[in-house]
Amino acid sequence: MTGILTEEQSLIQKTARDFARDRVAPGALTREAAGRIEDALIREMAELGFLGMTVPEDQGGIGADYVSYALALMEIAAGDGAVSTMMSVHNAPFCAILSRFASDAQQERWLTPAAAGAFIGAFALTEPHTGSDAAAITCSATRTDTGYVLNGSKQFITSAQIAGGVIAFAVTDHNAGKKGISAFYIEPGTPGFSVGAPEKKLGQKASDTCTLSFDNLEVPAFNRIGEEGQGLAIALSSLETGRIGIASQSVGMAQAALDAAVAYAQDRVAFGKPIAQHQAVAFRLADMDMQVEAARQLVLSAARLKDSGAPCLREASIAKLFASQMAERVVSDAIQTLGGYGYLADFPVEKIYRDVRVCQIYEGTSDVQRINISRALLAGRS
Amino acid sequence: MDFALTEEQTLIFDMAKSFGEEHIAPFAQDWEKQGTIPKDLWPKLAELGFGGLYVSEAYGGSGLSRLDATLVFEALSMSCPAVGSFLSIHNMCGGMIDKFGSEDTKQKWLPDLCSMEKVFSYCLTEPGSGSDAAALKTRAVRNNEGYVVNGTKAFISGGSYSDAYVTMVRTGDDGPKGISTVVVEDGATGLSFGALEKKMGWLAQPTSQVQFDDCFVPAENLIGEEGKGFSYAMAGLDGGRLNISAGALGGAQAALDATVAYMSERKAFGKPINQFQALQFRLAEFETKLQSARTFLRQAAWKLDNNAPDATKFCAMAKLMVTDNAFEVANGCLQLHGGYGYLADYGIEKIVRDLRVHQILEGTNEIMRLIVSRQMISDV
Repeated sequence: MTGILTEEQSLIQKTARDFARDRVAPGALTREAAGRIEDALIREMAELGFLGMTVPEDQGGIGADYVSYALALMEIAAGDGAVSTMMSVHNAPFCAILSRFASDAQQERWLTPAAAGAFIGAFALTEPHTGSDAAAITCSATRTDTGYVLNGSKQFITSAQIAGGVIAFAVTDHNAGKKGISAFYIEPGTPGFSVGAPEKKLGQKASDTCTLSFDNLEVPAFNRIGEEGQGLAIALSSLETGRIGIASQSVGMAQAALDAAVAYAQDRVAFGKPIAQHQAVAFRLADMDMQVEAARQLVLSAARLKDSGAPCLREASIAKLFASQMAERVVSDAIQTLGGYGYLADFPVEKIYRDVRVCQIYEGTSDVQRINISRALLAGRS
Repeated sequence: MDFALTEEQTLIFDMAKSFGEEHIAPFAQDWEKQGTIPKDLWPKLAELGFGGLYVSEAYGGSGLSRLDATLVFEALSMSCPAVGSFLSIHNMCGGMIDKFGSEDTKQKWLPDLCSMEKVFSYCLTEPGSGSDAAALKTRAVRNNEGYVVNGTKAFISGGSYSDAYVTMVRTGDDGPKGISTVVVEDGATGLSFGALEKKMGWLAQPTSQVQFDDCFVPAENLIGEEGKGFSYAMAGLDGGRLNISAGALGGAQAALDATVAYMSERKAFGKPINQFQALQFRLAEFETKLQSARTFLRQAAWKLDNNAPDATKFCAMAKLMVTDNAFEVANGCLQLHGGYGYLADYGIEKIVRDLRVHQILEGTNEIMRLIVSRQMISDV
């Protein structure tokens, strides 16, 4: 596959691979137990440009293309899924929205430092009672003389504890439906802003997930991103890249599990020979490889479309749906290949399984992807 | 042909289910955190006759059938698969001693086993041999008073927790015919335990290596005859597999029940999510998967109860199908809970973590395929 990448893409892939192997993977279990990503690691990622990948250089990023971004995420995810989630949310939606919709003054204040990795960003759309149905949010923003007052709560917010900036969505006009939602930039620490206790989750424990509460939170008018009523469009604009991101993570984690299964199968002896020499085991490994490769090509294909400037929501949704489902199957097969050892925390596949499971849930559940894909399909045929 | 449960069987199921709801479910998440099950739970279960389900009544057991036992494990596992399955392993030991032990052996162990004053574990797997169990290396050398045992057992449910370990050891040559079964009591000289394993699920039950370092075992602790241990171990597993399947089924049923309830309350796009056809169809598939698994499991149990010649094959097929279906349903239920399914507070992710190991232990599902295909080929 390396042959069809550009020199820059190959270089980014190699940098990410080396970094993931040397710096991300070794601390994965410690990071999980601590429930946080260490600041030092975030600083190193910033120095390598992983926190502003597709942001243009004049806005503080490294101006890489989406193929490079997908390749880098795959490698980081292979090292630790939780770190890749923080990286994914920070790059897109967070930086991607600021890059596309924020004013020059806003970009200077927030995007330039964010893309350089000076702080980590969070994206707050989902609420306790509404996830898939994003237009049904009830968090409100009421206009004042100087700006807005926000009230409400947000659920399942990645990096909520460590975030230095949050893009939040709230209803500015209750009578305007989907066009009554606006986007705001919130600086944590503002009076009225509070972060709930980290949720206890199946996996991705190093990536903190919390509720956010806005209690008469005053936001200056300067902090509105885009126009009033443009919020949902802004939120949805990042779906293509967000989904390419999750699909990339899925491929990376599945690849890591496959690599572990191959190594184990060549080492473990049963019935007088390495289990890789038993046909059913070898064939299962072949099927795993096929699935990972198919998903990788879907993801890179969607990323190439994105780089070309063409719409790619259908392709990104397909890649996300396929890759996330593929990843759970492949990682589960890796557990099965390792037998009892696959179920133990000391071997990496147990953690990967728990980490990768959420790829079918966040950034649009699998069923939401099916809604998008079927709608695109039916609109095209009617 | 009668597919209905008898009145007595229905009572057994209901009794186990209510017991679980009262004494297990409310504490299951705490026990997970503590990594242990309070020992005072066991005598309460024993009072219901669940300590020696298929041990003869003469030794304090309940004398129930394998089919009856699957009802107990399915019902208890609705509250916690890890607790239900732990009891299954204890019962597997009881079944082996009852079936293969001498009169003296039965008198010695079974009353305490049935009252659960002594909790039993089963030790077959070793670090280097799991699926290929007959390759086990733990050696027992006979001397005048008994056996001196050396070796290590791995993945032992109840390791460092139980009071007695039914252990497969090598007393003879390589291969299955050189294996015998002995009971090693907690506190025996030379018996020690590895650190508790960190696992994906089954967190309430302690799992560790069991180590024998010149561990002395009295001669009277031999079960049955020398050299027959592997066949005893395998016979124990037929029924054990039914129970592991029943445990998976109970866990999945609990997940499905919770999901049906959740879907009537959770709204999206203006209506309860149980009003979306794609999700309704998924529920129908899950129900079909669990009901077909249940029917097949009970048929396999009936075969074992009736000593059918193909009972081993049916127990293996049941384990393969039931544990696969159950995991798939539990995992699908997690998906139907969306983001909440991924959170510990909702209990679904625990069931998924717990049920994953049902596809691995008491013979991986690959070994089930091996058993079934070998039988088919040898039948030609």
